[in-house]
Amino acid sequence: MIEFLAALTDPDLPFVRYAVITGILASIPFGIIGTYVVVRRISYIAGAISHCILGGVGAGLYLQNAQGVSWFGPLHGAIVVALLAAVVLSLVSLFAKQREDSVIGALWAAGMGIGLLFLAKTPGYVDPMSYLFGNILLITQSDIYLVLLLDILVVGTIGIFYNTFLAICFDEEYAGLRGVHTHWFYLVLLCLTALTIVLLVRVVGIVMVIALLTLPAAIAGNFARSVRQMMVLAILLCTIFILAGLSTSYSLDLPSGPVIIVIAAAVYLLVALGMKFLRPRSI
Amino acid sequence: MNHSETHNRSEPAISITDLSFGYEDRQILTEVNLAVYPFDSVCIVGPNGGGKTTLMKLIIGLLTPEIGEVLIFGKRPEINKKLIGYVPQYAVYDRQFPISVKEVVCMGRLGGNMTGRYSTEDWDRTMHVLGEVGLAPFAERSFSSLSGGQRQRALIARALASGGDILILDEPTANIDQESESHLFELLGELNQRMTILMVTHDVGFASKFFKRIACVNRRVVIHPTSELTGELIKEMYGGDFRMIRHDHTCSSEGHRHD
Repeated sequence: MIEFLAALTDPDLPFVRYAVITGILASIPFGIIGTYVVVRRISYIAGAISHCILGGVGAGLYLQNAQGVSWFGPLHGAIVVALLAAVVLSLVSLFAKQREDSVIGALWAAGMGIGLLFLAKTPGYVDPMSYLFGNILLITQSDIYLVLLLDILVVGTIGIFYNTFLAICFDEEYAGLRGVHTHWFYLVLLCLTALTIVLLVRVVGIVMVIALLTLPAAIAGNFARSVRQMMVLAILLCTIFILAGLSTSYSLDLPSGPVIIVIAAAVYLLVALGMKFLRPRSI
Repeated sequence: MNHSETHNRSEPAISITDLSFGYEDRQILTEVNLAVYPFDSVCIVGPNGGGKTTLMKLIIGLLTPEIGEVLIFGKRPEINKKLIGYVPQYAVYDRQFPISVKEVVCMGRLGGNMTGRYSTEDWDRTMHVLGEVGLAPFAERSFSSLSGGQRQRALIARALASGGDILILDEPTANIDQESESHLFELLGELNQRMTILMVTHDVGFASKFFKRIACVNRRVVIHPTSELTGELIKEMYGGDFRMIRHDHTCSSEGHRHD
């Protein structure tokens, strides 16, 4: 812990400060969107989007390194593919709800497959590990601005349309009867989820992204009496998990992504057990 | 002033003409004609799969008729859907969803502006209707902490908050106790003084005490005054054997279905 605090103030180790700042800023969209993912029960959709991202990352790296398209990198590829997956999944929910699980499974696996094929054809050695398992310590100053931009987008959109999103998560059919364009709002929700996941992949990677998106919100759900409270609690928990994970991984020389997830999962398990045994049973 | 009062009572609040509807290869409703006038109260009954829910969804505009038309005060449901207060079954809600009673009820005010933000007037209206259904002290409570009967009242309050003239309820008596059921029908009786009420239910006997007409839906729709309801008629519309059960509780002495 002391080593981590010393590294934070060391001018030669800016990446530690970048990681901490990113962790705190990223917790805002993670907490807000994670809450919607939990209450709307769309964690499998979030999982499919996150795994699709490897396809975009692979395509971006291939275009950049094999085709010399310098303006299109892995981040651009990830954003395009994540948004595309969000559109496909919202269309499936609209027109072929009964096939939704099959499409989720197909996108999940196909995205990974396409990504790995692109990586195989990209010249030079490309290590997929940092995309699969993330590395917050590789974050640069420009990434921080990107996170800040996402914070503004998510907080702004949800702040303005909070009641509408609440209604479509609680009772979509009724919201539609009140004249809300539920399909458009669902699409916006999935697109915000997609953008949040792209960002989250930098912190914990494609494989573990669902955990950091859902665990803080799921824990918060045990104590919150409103969605707003749940969001605030999830943001706080997410910040704590990222900072605790960074500090522990730095001190013990372990990869940060898995440590963050293990801490979040341990707290989730403890809270779940605590709620089971301590909460009075209903008759 | 509500919409019903501005209209001639001879103009139907709900008008269904030559309506047919089916899903893919299965016909659900055939040549349905039904007129529900302002301040009428109609109870929709019929066997499972007979088309009750489909008929209700066609009326509220969630489904579009293949043949025929549904009109709400002379216009298609898509246009006049805000005149309908809809009460779904509370069983469809996620019990872990963190939301207060006040927030649920205020959803009835959605659609007033582009962003969905509520005004002071919206919250005032919410508190007013909560008082009307006897839930004002529970406004800040979690929706999931309410009893079945209270939740049903909260959903009715949400429908009232929208200020519609027609109240449509989908099996509001499912999963609630007899006392709550009795209070619910008393409330519906009061609301019928100013609203048209349409209710889907399986509880034929109880409902017949409070509703003026009964619509039997089994692919086709046949409507009777509730005074004409007999065991034979119930048997005919459900297509099965029935026994009339006498209840000792205060509000019902009519029949229930037994397979």
